[in-house]
Amino acid sequence: MEVGKVKRVAGPLVQATGLKASMYDLVLVGEEGLMSEVIGISGNKYIIQVYEDTGGVRPGEPVKETGAPLVAQLGPGILTQIYDGIQRPLPMLAAASGDFISRGLFVDGIDHKKKWEFKPTAKKGDVLKPGQAFGEVQEQLLIKHKIMVPPKHKGGAIKEIYAGNFNVDETIAVLEDGSKLTMMHKWPVRQARPVTKKLAPTIPLRTGQRVVDGFFSLAKGGTAAIPGGFGTGKTVMQQTLSKWADVDIVIYVGCGERGNEMADVLHEFPELQDPKTGRPLMERSIVYANTSNMPVAAREASIYTGMTTAEYYRDMGYDCMMTADSTSRWAEAMREMGSRLEEMPGEEGYPAYLGARLADFYERAGRAEVLNGGQGSISVVGAVSPPGGDFTEPVTQNTLRMVKVFWALDSKLTQRRHFPSINWLDSYSLYDQILEPWFIENVSPDWNKNKRRAMNILQENAELEEIVMLVGSDALPEDQQITLEVARMIINFWLAQSAFHPVDTFCPYKKQFDLLAAILKYRDYAFEAVQRGISVAEINSVPSKDALAKVRLEAEYEPILAKILAQMDVEFKALK
Amino acid sequence: MTKEYKTITEISGPLIFVEKTEPVGYMELVEIRTGGEMKRGQVLDSSDDIVVIQVFEGTGGLSKDTAVSFTGDVIKMPLSPGIVGRVLSGSGKPRDGGPEIVPEVLRDIAGAAINPASRGKPRSFIQTGISTIDGTNTLVRGQKLPIFSGAGLPHNDLALQIARQAKALGEAESFAVIFCAMGITNEEAQHFLADFERTGALERAVVFLNLADDPAVERILTPRLGLTTAEYLAFDLDMHVLIIYTDMTNYCESLRQMGAAREEVPGRRGYPGYMYTDLACQYERAGIIKGKKGSITQFPILTMPGDDITHPIPDLSGYITEGQIIVSRELHRKGIYPPVDIRPSLSRLMNSGIGKGHTREDHRAVSDQLYAYYAEGNDLRGLAAIVGKEALSERDKLVLEFADKFEKRFVNQGRDEDRSIFDTLQIGWDLLADLPEAMLTRIDDKYIKAYHPKYAASAAKK
Repeated sequence: MEVGKVKRVAGPLVQATGLKASMYDLVLVGEEGLMSEVIGISGNKYIIQVYEDTGGVRPGEPVKETGAPLVAQLGPGILTQIYDGIQRPLPMLAAASGDFISRGLFVDGIDHKKKWEFKPTAKKGDVLKPGQAFGEVQEQLLIKHKIMVPPKHKGGAIKEIYAGNFNVDETIAVLEDGSKLTMMHKWPVRQARPVTKKLAPTIPLRTGQRVVDGFFSLAKGGTAAIPGGFGTGKTVMQQTLSKWADVDIVIYVGCGERGNEMADVLHEFPELQDPKTGRPLMERSIVYANTSNMPVAAREASIYTGMTTAEYYRDMGYDCMMTADSTSRWAEAMREMGSRLEEMPGEEGYPAYLGARLADFYERAGRAEVLNGGQGSISVVGAVSPPGGDFTEPVTQNTLRMVKVFWALDSKLTQRRHFPSINWLDSYSLYDQILEPWFIENVSPDWNKNKRRAMNILQENAELEEIVMLVGSDALPEDQQITLEVARMIINFWLAQSAFHPVDTFCPYKKQFDLLAAILKYRDYAFEAVQRGISVAEINSVPSKDALAKVRLEAEYEPILAKILAQMDVEFKALK
Repeated sequence: MTKEYKTITEISGPLIFVEKTEPVGYMELVEIRTGGEMKRGQVLDSSDDIVVIQVFEGTGGLSKDTAVSFTGDVIKMPLSPGIVGRVLSGSGKPRDGGPEIVPEVLRDIAGAAINPASRGKPRSFIQTGISTIDGTNTLVRGQKLPIFSGAGLPHNDLALQIARQAKALGEAESFAVIFCAMGITNEEAQHFLADFERTGALERAVVFLNLADDPAVERILTPRLGLTTAEYLAFDLDMHVLIIYTDMTNYCESLRQMGAAREEVPGRRGYPGYMYTDLACQYERAGIIKGKKGSITQFPILTMPGDDITHPIPDLSGYITEGQIIVSRELHRKGIYPPVDIRPSLSRLMNSGIGKGHTREDHRAVSDQLYAYYAEGNDLRGLAAIVGKEALSERDKLVLEFADKFEKRFVNQGRDEDRSIFDTLQIGWDLLADLPEAMLTRIDDKYIKAYHPKYAASAAKK
């Protein structure tokens, strides 16, 4: 390995000579050995971004090569961890350097001393392919960690394989060609891990939230964006998703956000209970916390590190969900590095490759057939923080070009205490069509039809409300007054959902469908009654209508709903 | 003794370029001697043969043969318990005629980031005695809550009142106020100092003054010195520190000036692309640490250029801080003090600092209810201006009246009026009591029974 020399230091950028490193190789800068990455080569001049503070670094100090790019350590022990942007466990950093993060610390991403019980699933003589699992470890009570041949390893026939307790450095299998396998391997974070085949996102990601599942559903392996303006309920939304989404692994990347907010996440996550198993949610979570005042280069890397661990668990056949909060801060880190490199800026000072980088990142999401044979997925929810709430700015625009779902969190709804505060007119999901066959097969042939009917009613309602503001609702024709009332029912009885109510917090597909169908049935009755010349006041005072309001709070809702619908039949027949 | 260089090759605005032979560290402290005067600078760019230095006291009087020496160390702040009660310049030199600070410790002013895993969750209520803050935008220890204001508004009075009155409920703990002035006028500085002296606050304060005619580059140092002092007082001496800095807009202007002098590629409106990170490195130095007694609470004040909240300075600040207190020109014109508009104001940490065990169980509900009707009342003002008050329904008239009374009684208070949180809630209830009970939809019946003046009076009789 070559040792070069620092030639120039300016902020997080260092220039050095005397190296032979490749692009994106990890190097250690200065006497303290600060973790850094080569991001440009020009002649014999190497441009290096440093993941730590560079104060005090002088020209002439050594730059050591490591011969490898920035890698993540992948093996048992990742779950429950809290990392910084370059996979250093924060509690370990605190143990090493106290409450403030100091420099030049190197800490392993996973514990190398801990012994894990390794159970082989392959035997002597079996031929292993790259990426194939040959054993497993019970990483958490409910999560089995598959030990796989590293994707770049050529594989081969097993000569020996051992069962028992090992740490991640000890050999657990030897192949015919003499190569030894351990429970850990390293993977360069900027490189997507290979899969056999990408699959179409044809399965919905169930969240139990009516407005999400019913209106703007995300597919497994899909991508979604939420704008995280001031006070829009972004945090509650993310927590609800982490809690209820039917994924196996949750990866939360806090990228350039507030320290106190991260402290909140770090306090809340371990206390959140996984409603499906009753175990702490943390047991199937990984948290990356790179706050806004931590080094900007590490912030840039955190998104990739997070994605790499997500891919690793996907390769085991798990469904993962990665939340990136916020991709705008990540883009700003790129802008900052770009301007220090004196690159020609694109829009608003962002580098011209902003769109390409965002695309690369979102492309790593998806559902796939993994090398081991099964299927896994990574769904990504990226928060964007548009400056001044201006959605035309480059990060939001480039993100919206990539993602297929947009949940427009609306502070007006928050102020009205309508939760989840997803605006039903501005949001969209492009998975509508591709998911329809699944819903037809598994819930009801009318799933999309009813959804579109409800959305049309809300759209019409928005137009009517403008007129109502001017002339009052009494001046509207009767059928339009019915539409207003039905829209109100959809909004209050169906779209609104309480995250704190034990039953309402999670709503299964069937219940979502039945509730909406009941509201639409009321609408049909009401329209028919208007045709018969019955007054709006009479229609609106049908008792079964108000009974619909509370059905969402019932766990065993079916008999109750059936009773209400039967009552509705009777009541409308009686109207004369 | 370090080597002296007389090799300045270029002087450009606040920057000097020096040729040298020995290696110089990035961010290293530099001493520049010119005719008996010593100026200080900091290395911004260090390469093999040339360094770029920003000079804090300005480059006036420097020439090509001025002596420059490198200290081999980054800028450190001398600290000791004796710093409390002192008035220092924006670069940390005594400004009160007192002696230099005799250091017990020297701290790097850049400050390291608090490990997120070591952070404690801020949840202790701070009573500021101001209803619009305590009642509806509650401050907690370890929070950073900026005041967004505009030119000519009484944000300074508000900051002073907070500094005077802020306390925790029911406990006597040692606390200190750090005041960093950046580019404010001499008159404003006098106003602050006089008030500190009048109230005796100076004894537990550390003041850093960089005035409007002091060098702009010095301003880049001022908040760092203040925060380094704050960290020392909070985490070494277990004090609860409240740090007020005014005016962040001037600080950002200095950043922009430096960026321009260095010919950097500018970001939005000419401000440097790293302004978010730079601001975060100041604001994020607020907080509490698990297992430590002290805390740092920040009150940055910034004047929004043209009252524009989407301007990069308030916008980036708002994304880092935990809420904002908005000072409104409209309320100020109506003669209401403090003219805090609660509608766009927000305290993100409010929920963890209120309620049972912190303030009172009905706090959240009362606050929500006040918000709801004040917001609605404000909307109705627009409508009333078009159709006339007479055309409003009875209910709307009540809400409209409520909004007026809310401003006069809840928002408005004296400059020396220190309301307890219970006084504040009482005023809230008195205002809500003028509305029919059925309209209090955000408040649980049990709180109505316990705190509504109608029932409270009868409960007291029993």
